[in-house]
Amino acid sequence: MRTLSILTVVTLVAAYALAFFYAPMDAVEGIRQKIFYLHVPLALVSLGGFVTGGVFAVQHLRTGDRKHDLRSYVSIHMALIFGIGALLTGSIWARAAWGHWWLWDEPLLVSFLIIFLLYACYQPLRFAIEDPERQARYASVFAVIAGVFVPVNFAAVRFAQENTHPRTLSSSHNLPGEAWLAFFVALAGMVLLYITLCRYEMAAKRVRGHLRKLRRRLGEDIVAGRSAAPQ
Amino acid sequence: MRPTSALLRKELRLEWRTREAVPAMALFSVTTFVVFHFGLQKDSVDGALAAGVLWVTLLFAAMLGANRLFVSDVQDGALEGVLLAPIDRTALFLAKAIAFFAFLALVEVVAVPAFYLLLLAPSGGDAIPGLLAVLVLADLGIAVVGALVSGLATQTRSRDLLVPLLGLPLLLPVIIAATRATTPLFIVTGAGSLPGKWVAVLGLYDLVFGLIAVAVFDFLLED
Repeated sequence: MRTLSILTVVTLVAAYALAFFYAPMDAVEGIRQKIFYLHVPLALVSLGGFVTGGVFAVQHLRTGDRKHDLRSYVSIHMALIFGIGALLTGSIWARAAWGHWWLWDEPLLVSFLIIFLLYACYQPLRFAIEDPERQARYASVFAVIAGVFVPVNFAAVRFAQENTHPRTLSSSHNLPGEAWLAFFVALAGMVLLYITLCRYEMAAKRVRGHLRKLRRRLGEDIVAGRSAAPQ
Repeated sequence: MRPTSALLRKELRLEWRTREAVPAMALFSVTTFVVFHFGLQKDSVDGALAAGVLWVTLLFAAMLGANRLFVSDVQDGALEGVLLAPIDRTALFLAKAIAFFAFLALVEVVAVPAFYLLLLAPSGGDAIPGLLAVLVLADLGIAVVGALVSGLATQTRSRDLLVPLLGLPLLLPVIIAATRATTPLFIVTGAGSLPGKWVAVLGLYDLVFGLIAVAVFDFLLED
């Protein structure tokens, strides 16, 4: 875990050093294009996290093993946090580049918002079910449906826009090689950050469960509060 | 097929005797058209606005119905009885989805004429066959996803909150495709033809979510 953390920090620092000092300044957008190296990796990792949560959910439903439910929960939880980051940075970028905080004719942004709104129901759904076994099962069913919804939704929104509006975001198509290098290092760093944070959250959950078990053995009367997280 | 038809008959008979969901949904639709009249400050709508008003109203009415879909099963413990019977669980889902489809069709028998009467600007061409095709395809998608979301949310404590929160984003592709498909039908200068692309999107959505629903519904009943 320690090497993973160090690796994450090193990669992220290297990525943003590359992004600021090595990658060339965008001729049209200038300095504000640099947010590209933050926003796009955040969004991609967030989407990947949602789909990963769905894959773990399938495993949970097939095997009935609760550890897959924990993995699915942590994947989606982290992806939601990264998703908030992606929406905020996307909004800032839109404001800087086009003068509006929100643009409806950017299909990626719109699909991302819809997916984010759907996954925002994941925690309330878990919280509304008391029985932990049923909570895990229902959450997995949700994660599978939503995981399938991600590509369907992207296709539908992209389809809806392609013949009415020209693509506005074309800067990513003709990036020079240096910029691509910086971008891929940033993406790798963001993936590492995601994995590290997921590991930490899972470790914290496991330790808490273990601690509760030990305290129960000591005879302490623990009133288990309702929780959205897997026990 | 026999368990499905038996369960479907049960659903329809229950609705026939209680008359709970369909009249409420139909009344809700008509009231919403009146609300739109005042909210938009328009006596008649056409084109994209007409398609939007119609589909948003139908979607919200469907959410209202989806809320009630499993209530009687859970309240009176009828679900346990069905689960004890030696039948495939998929039959229960199919019965629910088909019943919900029938409810939606019944609601639209009232809501769509009311929409034509109250809000839609008269257009030149004949929009009815195209509209019917889109209604059937969209209703299929709404019925499948509605029954699934209802099954997911019914056994939680905040059922009536979760159904629309989960259902609306999941059904957004249906709304996108249905409004795009029906917009040319509602143009004042003469109804255009039905855009085949969007009909295909609706069909594809129905297929994908139909398969997913059948695949995962069993896990909601494993008690």
